[in-house]
Amino acid sequence: MKTLSRFYIFLIFLFLYAPIFVLIIFSFNDSATMSRSVWSGFSMKWYSKLFQDRMLLEALRNTLVIALIASVVSTVLGTSAAIGINAMNRWMKRVVMNITNFPMVNPEIVTGVSLMLLFVFAARGMGNASLGMISLILAHITFCLPYVILSVMPKLRQMDPHLYEAAQDLGCNPVSALFKVVLPEIMPGVITGMIMAFTLSIDDFVISYFTSGTTQTLPIFIYSMTRKRISPEINALSTLLFGTIMVLLLIINFRNNKENKAEIAGEEEMGR
Amino acid sequence: MTQSPIITLQNIAVSFDGEAVLKDFNLNIRDGEFVTLLGPSGCGKTTTLRIIGGFVRPDAGDVFFSGKKINDVPPHKREVNTIFQKYALFPHLNVYDNVAFGMRVHGKTESQVKAKVHEMLQMVNLEGFAHRNVNLLSGGQQQRVAIARALANEPKVLLLDEPLGALDLKLRKDMQVELKKIQQQTGITFLFVTHDQEEALSMSDTVVVMDKGIIQQIGTPQDIYNEPRNAFVADFIGESNIVDGVMREDYVAEFAGHKFRCVDKGFQPNEPVDVVIRPEDIDVVEPEEGHLSGVVTSVNFRGVHYEIIVDVNGFKWMIQSTDFQPEGKQIGMMLQPDDIHIMKKSEYSGMFGDYSSFSDEMDDASVLDEEEGER
Amino acid sequence: MKAKSIAAPYLVWMTIFIVVPMMLVIGFAFTDRSGAFTLRNLEGVGQYSNVFLRSIWLGALATLICLVLGYPLAYIISHMKAKRQSVMIMLVMLPMWMNFLLRTYAWMTLLEDNGIINTFLASLGLGKLQLINTQGAVVLGMVYNYIPYMILPLYSVLTKIDQSVIEAAQDLGANQRKVFFKVIFPMSTPGMISGVTMVFVPAVSTFIISKMLGGGANLMIGDLIDMQFLGSAYNPNLGSAISLVLMVIILICMGIMNQFDDGESNGGGIMI
Repeated sequence: MKTLSRFYIFLIFLFLYAPIFVLIIFSFNDSATMSRSVWSGFSMKWYSKLFQDRMLLEALRNTLVIALIASVVSTVLGTSAAIGINAMNRWMKRVVMNITNFPMVNPEIVTGVSLMLLFVFAARGMGNASLGMISLILAHITFCLPYVILSVMPKLRQMDPHLYEAAQDLGCNPVSALFKVVLPEIMPGVITGMIMAFTLSIDDFVISYFTSGTTQTLPIFIYSMTRKRISPEINALSTLLFGTIMVLLLIINFRNNKENKAEIAGEEEMGR
Repeated sequence: MTQSPIITLQNIAVSFDGEAVLKDFNLNIRDGEFVTLLGPSGCGKTTTLRIIGGFVRPDAGDVFFSGKKINDVPPHKREVNTIFQKYALFPHLNVYDNVAFGMRVHGKTESQVKAKVHEMLQMVNLEGFAHRNVNLLSGGQQQRVAIARALANEPKVLLLDEPLGALDLKLRKDMQVELKKIQQQTGITFLFVTHDQEEALSMSDTVVVMDKGIIQQIGTPQDIYNEPRNAFVADFIGESNIVDGVMREDYVAEFAGHKFRCVDKGFQPNEPVDVVIRPEDIDVVEPEEGHLSGVVTSVNFRGVHYEIIVDVNGFKWMIQSTDFQPEGKQIGMMLQPDDIHIMKKSEYSGMFGDYSSFSDEMDDASVLDEEEGER
Repeated sequence: MKAKSIAAPYLVWMTIFIVVPMMLVIGFAFTDRSGAFTLRNLEGVGQYSNVFLRSIWLGALATLICLVLGYPLAYIISHMKAKRQSVMIMLVMLPMWMNFLLRTYAWMTLLEDNGIINTFLASLGLGKLQLINTQGAVVLGMVYNYIPYMILPLYSVLTKIDQSVIEAAQDLGANQRKVFFKVIFPMSTPGMISGVTMVFVPAVSTFIISKMLGGGANLMIGDLIDMQFLGSAYNPNLGSAISLVLMVIILICMGIMNQFDDGESNGGGIMI
């Protein structure tokens, strides 16, 4: 039984990782432009080509700018939304949450085209402005918002509702009570939401595709590369992205472990 | 203890979602008093507290603090502090920072803060806990931090919302004594909310018994216990046998088929009344010697005494006695004039005081869902 | 209370970027180019019924495969030691951190006519297989991209099953098989439902996977919408009608799915 399940896990992980590793290996392939699948020696030439690609660097810059703005704005907007929604009565809460969840349930492509219609409409109204960074940022904030709200909401629900009152009772006005007590309390949810928003924004293709006009983001750039028949640069790019993500995850994991250990140690000390 | 009232509630009415929680509520609290609001869940006692704290705006009526109307004063500008049901300690701050919170908000210097925090922690016996994480404290310790935090603000009035509800029985008793001591030391007015009648009787100068948003009785613990005004109060404070009776004339009441001498007067001749007899006041005698006689239907051992249920012509009486009586035995019951307390008929007449459906389980169940529905 | 009002900016945002765009989609679906009311667009969707059927069929097939492959894995992982579990779940999630265009691209290099699999077969002296530009390739791409969305909710439900429930079943005389089929499997339905939804919705509405792995011959609903908005067949009115029908289909599918769920929804939850 045990070997069987191990073998099963092995097969699934092989399925999940084999394509990625093939991609990585062939990023070092010194092939001519003929084929992406014939090994003809080790080379870093795709990497150096990649870094000379002005389009790519431009797309990377756009992606980071959009992700930064979208994650900050959606976090601020989403956190205050969550606090407000939490204070609503049941009926209001239900209506607002249903609309909030809608973009998460709706197929991405429909969200994408609906936003495109909106932006085209608005652009026409503003005298033939065209879609670009602004529409991308607005679209990204929109699809990030529900994730921020959903990661803050549970923290608010777990929070003792009397904390906010206790702060006021001790002399805080409602606004400073929010900043001094409620915000620190829901901070983990806010940070999770922000990280989620950032990664979702970097990763998004479908919605960007419909709202970008001629502006390039990294996923759109990747898409245009896959459209060209042969472009081993893309392997190099994948490898770099994958490597970055691995390093980031390792750091996060390492930090979490450290925190957990510190917490456990703290509890043990209390126990004595 | 007899100055002008520090807090006055005048004709207060509150309702939530169309349901009246307080109706034409009037209450005066004198400076330095320990006042307890006592009542079952949903009686409006927590709401009363929250009105004074500033967290609930009454639909009608006025709130006065030292003679000044404070209806529109927000919570952070009121000179009262609250101890919340589950303490509401700030989890992201340690003990020291929790206690210092109010003073810092009010812009005290750090040296003032430091001195006061240590004074407060000393008062609640938590010296040496200053830098502990509040989440890792026991319930009793958290309770003490909450007290220190509220008192560090030097309020004129401290509002306590069922502060002992989350503690186990033994700790609760200790904290009752300690709270009373702190109140006497500091001289601060305490307004304490509880559904536990024992707690109310043992700690308070004045007890306010509430039900359905209406004050049923205000008085000293002794008054409330010995002279309950109606069947609700009699039943809620301790155990009571409540029987229908008729006041034949002053000092003579007729019930359970007999005429009894009593100490009450001032009723109309032949006025129907409720008669209260506390179970511990009934003397058990031989059947032929008693005023009443009946058959023992059940006996429960309660530690200090036995709880004996006696069937007298279909009405079940409870007797608390240190002597054991076997089930099925015919016994006599003797009532002295001062054991008998006469009350006017009220909307609660006939709802309480008969032990025919008495069971321990029902009692416990009603204690469990306390306060759930209250805001 | 005042707390409600801090949700106001979000409510405005939500109205402009969720509600209004949806209204636009509906509006476009029921009008012609001059803006007059028409049912022509919805009638026009009818000619693509084969595309709809294909999309639903391929999406459902991919969902089923994900469920069949993912359930055992989630089950095995949920029975591992806690520390091992988190490593395994992280390994399941890791490929998701790579942009799905790149993941799909990786399969292109494997499945191509001159791809790695065919090169390998040729080196064994076997003939070439037609792998890419088939429906099989599309389903494969869907399974590969979306299987983590199936595993994660299943896993989170399976780990939450109280051990004492299983022990109670054993105590009442159930053997291992019966424990699984009578207790564990029914208790994991909320996870299955959210897994199925999370795989089916993106699978049925994809246009990238079919474009990259399906060639031109295996059009899906997503491709149709893409063509109406950004492609050669520019016709946003028809595109909106198709989007509307897609949304309705998905709503119906989700409604059917929720029938299987006895009351307690959201049991699976989304974890990222």
